[in-house]
Amino acid sequence: MRALLFSLTALLGLSAAPALSAGQVTTFALDNGMDVVVIEDNRAPVVVHMVWYRTGAADEPPSKSGIAHFLEHLMFKGTDDLGPGELSRIVEANGGSDNAFTSQDYTAYFQRVAADRLGLMMEMEADRMRDLVLAPDDVATEREVILEERATRTDSEPSALFREELRAALFRNHPYGTPVIGWRAEMEGLTREDALAFYERFYAPNNAILVVAGDVAPEKVRALAETHYGPLEPSVDLVARTRPQEPPSRAERRMVMEDARVSQPSLVRSYLAPERNAGAQDEAAALVFLADLLGGSGATSVLGNALQFDNSIAVYTGASYSATSLDTSTFSFVVVPRDGVTLAEAEAALDAEIARFMETGPDPEQFKRIKMQIRASEIYALDDVSDLADRYGRALTSGLTIEDVQAWPDVLQAVTMDDVMAVAEKVLDRRAAVTGWLVPEGGEGSK
Amino acid sequence: MIRFVATLTILFFAALPARAEIDIQEVTSPGGLDAWLVEEPTIPFVALELRFRGGASLDAPGKRGVVNLMTALIEEGAGDLDARGFAQARESLAASFRFDVGDDALSVSAKFLTENQGEALALLRDALVDPRFDETAIERVRGQVLAHLKSRETDPNALAGQAFDALAYGDHPYGSYYGGTAESVSALTRDDILEAFANTVARDRVFVSAVGDITAAELGTLLDDLLGEVPETGAPLPDSAGFNATGGITVVPFETPQSVMQFGHSGIGIDHPDFFAAFILNTILGGSGFNSRLMEEVREKRGLTYGIRTYLIDSDYTETILGMVSTVNPRASETLEVVRAEWARLANEGVTQDELDAAKLYLTGAYPLRFDGNGPIARILVSMQMDGYETSYVKTRNDKINAVTLEEINRVASELYRPDDLRFVIVGEPEGIASSD
Repeated sequence: MRALLFSLTALLGLSAAPALSAGQVTTFALDNGMDVVVIEDNRAPVVVHMVWYRTGAADEPPSKSGIAHFLEHLMFKGTDDLGPGELSRIVEANGGSDNAFTSQDYTAYFQRVAADRLGLMMEMEADRMRDLVLAPDDVATEREVILEERATRTDSEPSALFREELRAALFRNHPYGTPVIGWRAEMEGLTREDALAFYERFYAPNNAILVVAGDVAPEKVRALAETHYGPLEPSVDLVARTRPQEPPSRAERRMVMEDARVSQPSLVRSYLAPERNAGAQDEAAALVFLADLLGGSGATSVLGNALQFDNSIAVYTGASYSATSLDTSTFSFVVVPRDGVTLAEAEAALDAEIARFMETGPDPEQFKRIKMQIRASEIYALDDVSDLADRYGRALTSGLTIEDVQAWPDVLQAVTMDDVMAVAEKVLDRRAAVTGWLVPEGGEGSK
Repeated sequence: MIRFVATLTILFFAALPARAEIDIQEVTSPGGLDAWLVEEPTIPFVALELRFRGGASLDAPGKRGVVNLMTALIEEGAGDLDARGFAQARESLAASFRFDVGDDALSVSAKFLTENQGEALALLRDALVDPRFDETAIERVRGQVLAHLKSRETDPNALAGQAFDALAYGDHPYGSYYGGTAESVSALTRDDILEAFANTVARDRVFVSAVGDITAAELGTLLDDLLGEVPETGAPLPDSAGFNATGGITVVPFETPQSVMQFGHSGIGIDHPDFFAAFILNTILGGSGFNSRLMEEVREKRGLTYGIRTYLIDSDYTETILGMVSTVNPRASETLEVVRAEWARLANEGVTQDELDAAKLYLTGAYPLRFDGNGPIARILVSMQMDGYETSYVKTRNDKINAVTLEEINRVASELYRPDDLRFVIVGEPEGIASSD
């Protein structure tokens, strides 16, 4: 629903799953600089058509938080050729569905539709890449919608507010500390001119990636793309995406958030962690294993075993890591204590298990099982062509290349237990971490 | 809430097919078990879907939540393996088994690789015929369920669903949350769990589909191996819940910036001759897309919400039309009035030929998009069986949608949509709205 995709929410670490083998993927670029990825799957007469822009919330100008996402909503409000909402109506009239999403690093628009309608989708998507037209009234109403969206998805959800606080504390200099939806006070002030300025700066074929997945031949996609996207003028003043980076961290940060709507206390510890980089994905791959080993499966992970099985301390434990990110990523633990166990006790147990793991290293059998599951996930992934499209889009808007995407499964299979321990030493440093407790009103640790 | 979403998925899948380019085979095993199969050898794995009709509605009186707790425990140890041993064995095979329960069914969604199919199925078989329900596992999982129930106490969506269900379905299992209450779940014993398993998992109520790298002969053998030792019969299924809420407003005070609303009245079943007309009406009023009347009036024109939807619910024991929306407290009253006005406009004026044509194009065109992967197809096939459809249904479905005329749909609109019967349940601090009774 013109939905947000928070880059931190990959709680299951799925972002790290491997991609399709090289043979079924075709890539090329148009003369105007637009990159194209085609993933062929002929099992159903369906196609997913996506355009990904290399811009997201972390590319916003100061004091305009939420403008990337607001613009995403406004992209449905018409062009010189299409009236407000008409694009979605045409998609539906063709039996398709459409939507869009914004993250810190990318903004993407997509349609799922019968394969023979691909040309029409491209025609409309190309139209709004350069010819957006915004009526002031539509902008004002849509600002109400994004404020409602914030009310529904953030202000009404203590856990979402808590994540917002946690990220703001973790990223002291990088814009990743600002929520994708925006801070409410800044959202209220976003204007039509702000949206158009962002649009003109970032929406151009040489800042976009076309991903087409489904029942269509690559030659056909090339011909259609040249017809519809080929004539678009590239932007001449695109600048490199350099954002303020995180300085070294010397002091651990801790926070307690209380909210009357919380009934179940929980704790989160987040660390800054390296992300996949072009030609250098080894550390990220090792971190995928580290997250799985420590908190992947409730019954077989280090934390699950210790806090849920050997000792009755927690009802839920987890570790998550998001491998795909343009800049520094995060590695997080979550513990939900069992009734009668304090957060202080739960956190002490978490720290004891991390310390023990640093001494003893992984269980070789568990390491092997995780490697097997990662290998198998390549096979299962072939069943979901939208997910494959997503992987390419996310990687290519996060500073990675096609070669990186295709090398990723092998990089994962090459990870050793020593690699995991080396990266654990580096990342699990309390001086670069934020620990937060989310408690009911007047709960443990609140003032 | 969870129930409604789950039911919708089933209904939506069942309602969309037309000219599926899939070849559904009906398979009967040597032992007499039936399943539907689509062979798809392209990718070396199989998606297998089992549903046992009844699900959480088979909770014994006073034991609310027992089927839910039992379901969560099926994977927590079986045969010679305790919970950890079972998880390790499954992970070594990279198989995935998901056990889930709702008001109408207990479902098992399994995925396994061709290369170790035999071992994966042997493990799944142990879970279905020889689950251990160890006391330690019961206590651990009970703690998780209790934590979940606790968090629902301050979740406005959960509170809205609970209040609406209680008004609509009363003492029927549908009238309360299938996870139970802290009190009922705390009191459950191992014997209760064993009884719930015996009541729920039985061959006389199972529906099976398989999609992927497997032949009909292999599937026949698989069925007998997997389910041959599952008991023949379980507990009797419940009676209809009806729909007992009257028109009016129920406010559940809760301190939060938004008012969360559920609204609805009685609906229509898939067996009814007017069902397809009703299905199209729901699409026009508040269906999934951005172009429904309610999305247009409430979101696009007035900016009152992030999203609003309506659902035509045909679950096993009720037929309900249900809507959901949330909006900031000061604007709740305006939102409620727009919903009522749209309900009345649909009842009084019906839809236009253009709207009908557009909805037909959408619904019939969207059909093939649903069949886009082994897992999704397996779920569609098992839902179709539970709804009593033939395999040929996938080829005739669109004709039924296309056959609905303007005259017919507007007659159904005037009969089915009754603004005075709408019950609104509102959780929050809605300004200018009070409970009506």
